[in-house]
Amino acid sequence: MPAKGSVKRMTATPPNPASRFSLPAPPGIAIRQARLDHDGIVLFDALSLEIDAGRWTCLLGPSGVGKTTLLRLIAGLERRAQGEIACDDGLPVAGRIAYMAQQDLLLPWLTVTENVLLGARLRYEPASDLQDRARSLLDQVGLGGKGDLRPDACSGGMRQRVALARTLIEDRPIVLMDEPFSALDAITRLQLQELAARMLAKRTVLLVTHDPLEALRLGHKIHVMTGRPALVGPPITPSGEVPRPPDDEALLAQQAELLARLSAAAAETAA
Amino acid sequence: MKIPAFFRPLIVFAGLTVIWQLIVTLSGVPFYILPGPEAVARALFSGFGLIAENAVITAIEIIAGFAIGAAVGIGSALIMGYFRPARRWLLPVLVVSQAVPVFALAPVLTLWLGYGMESKIAMAVLIIYFPVTAAFHDGLRRTVPGWIDLAHVMGASKWAELRHIRVPAALPALGSGLRVAAAVAPIGAVVGEWVGSSAGLGYLMLHANARVQVDLMFAALFVLAIIGCVFYFSIDAAVRRMVPWQPEPLPDEDTQ
Repeated sequence: MPAKGSVKRMTATPPNPASRFSLPAPPGIAIRQARLDHDGIVLFDALSLEIDAGRWTCLLGPSGVGKTTLLRLIAGLERRAQGEIACDDGLPVAGRIAYMAQQDLLLPWLTVTENVLLGARLRYEPASDLQDRARSLLDQVGLGGKGDLRPDACSGGMRQRVALARTLIEDRPIVLMDEPFSALDAITRLQLQELAARMLAKRTVLLVTHDPLEALRLGHKIHVMTGRPALVGPPITPSGEVPRPPDDEALLAQQAELLARLSAAAAETAA
Repeated sequence: MKIPAFFRPLIVFAGLTVIWQLIVTLSGVPFYILPGPEAVARALFSGFGLIAENAVITAIEIIAGFAIGAAVGIGSALIMGYFRPARRWLLPVLVVSQAVPVFALAPVLTLWLGYGMESKIAMAVLIIYFPVTAAFHDGLRRTVPGWIDLAHVMGASKWAELRHIRVPAALPALGSGLRVAAAVAPIGAVVGEWVGSSAGLGYLMLHANARVQVDLMFAALFVLAIIGCVFYFSIDAAVRRMVPWQPEPLPDEDTQ
């Protein structure tokens, strides 16, 4: 599929209500020949990345290297970038993606529950069928009984939990996350990482982050994106079940290695 | 001691009246230049029927002008927000509507629409159209980009995106536009009445002035100011209700 991050393509595929609660097998995604030049600067060219089906893939790299752009390319949000995005089940990625950004992107005029149900509202699907599901998801993210609050009455951690519930209710096989926990304090971040890892297990997840520890806790596979034009390095595959405990010895050793790689990458990108 | 917010304007008003009386008494300015507050109050009561009759006309002109101007402005902004080509065609019209002073159009409007209310309403519409359209259109264009991205990924149609994201996000901007419009709406009506009319507070003031009934003129002006204030604060209250999520500064914040 010669995808050119086009928005029209995204909206052309209607969601399939029948598959709402029965998650189909998540696909693996292959990105090939991705290219982005922005004002004459080639951010990446001929970039390839394999994202394994049903696993968490983490993408690390110095800021400005193009991680977010790559994620947005997959999401169909990047008009400037080009590239081929193919799923291993032969179906298009469009309409099968849930997206979580660094900002919680809650709409201030909607209540917490209404924000969770935003997708249904935007697609004019009957939200009444989803009320119970929204309630149970809010319970699961630790916001039981908070459904009628407005976002401005919520703390940063609560807001990101709402965003997580909004991502989960979409029930998409592919989840793209762009530094979703980076604006949170350390404790809230650990809690939310664990929650997300549990609730998004068995899905194809691409997590863009700048936190090596986060990548090592959550990723089945970790890639470092470096250089200009940028390339994605060979994967690091930490052992053990995710989410890995933050005090794991092997994890801490790998964190040191990853930090070394990242600082080399930062130097390379800056050069 | 804390004075309730409601009384503050009244106290200011009383203070200004005292100063006014002092100026009249101390300077000995003749009646036909500046009548004292007492004379104006007497004119207000003796001419109450006359003033009320004309005030109703002016109030209707202001309200109708505001309603039509705001509706047309909101419609234009929505069309410009939804259809990109419409922006290219409508934006120049918007600018031209402001480049030509409404005062200069007043005689033409009176010529076309007559001496009745229509020409005054048209004038108020013209004056209100720009602030409402410009503010709302600006609001529609400044949606948080992340919200739009989220809507795209969720498979929202262009219409759903406008209806559920961009319009609500632009309501605070529309609110500012409506507040400005509420403040300038009386200008349109009164200018229209000055240029040519047979009723309304502007008409009454013009005629009172010509007949050196300065006290009546000031009384009419006073009523006009009251209408303007009541109208502004009603719109302001409605706007606050429209955007309850928008944090408003507390009314007593600056008195602490």
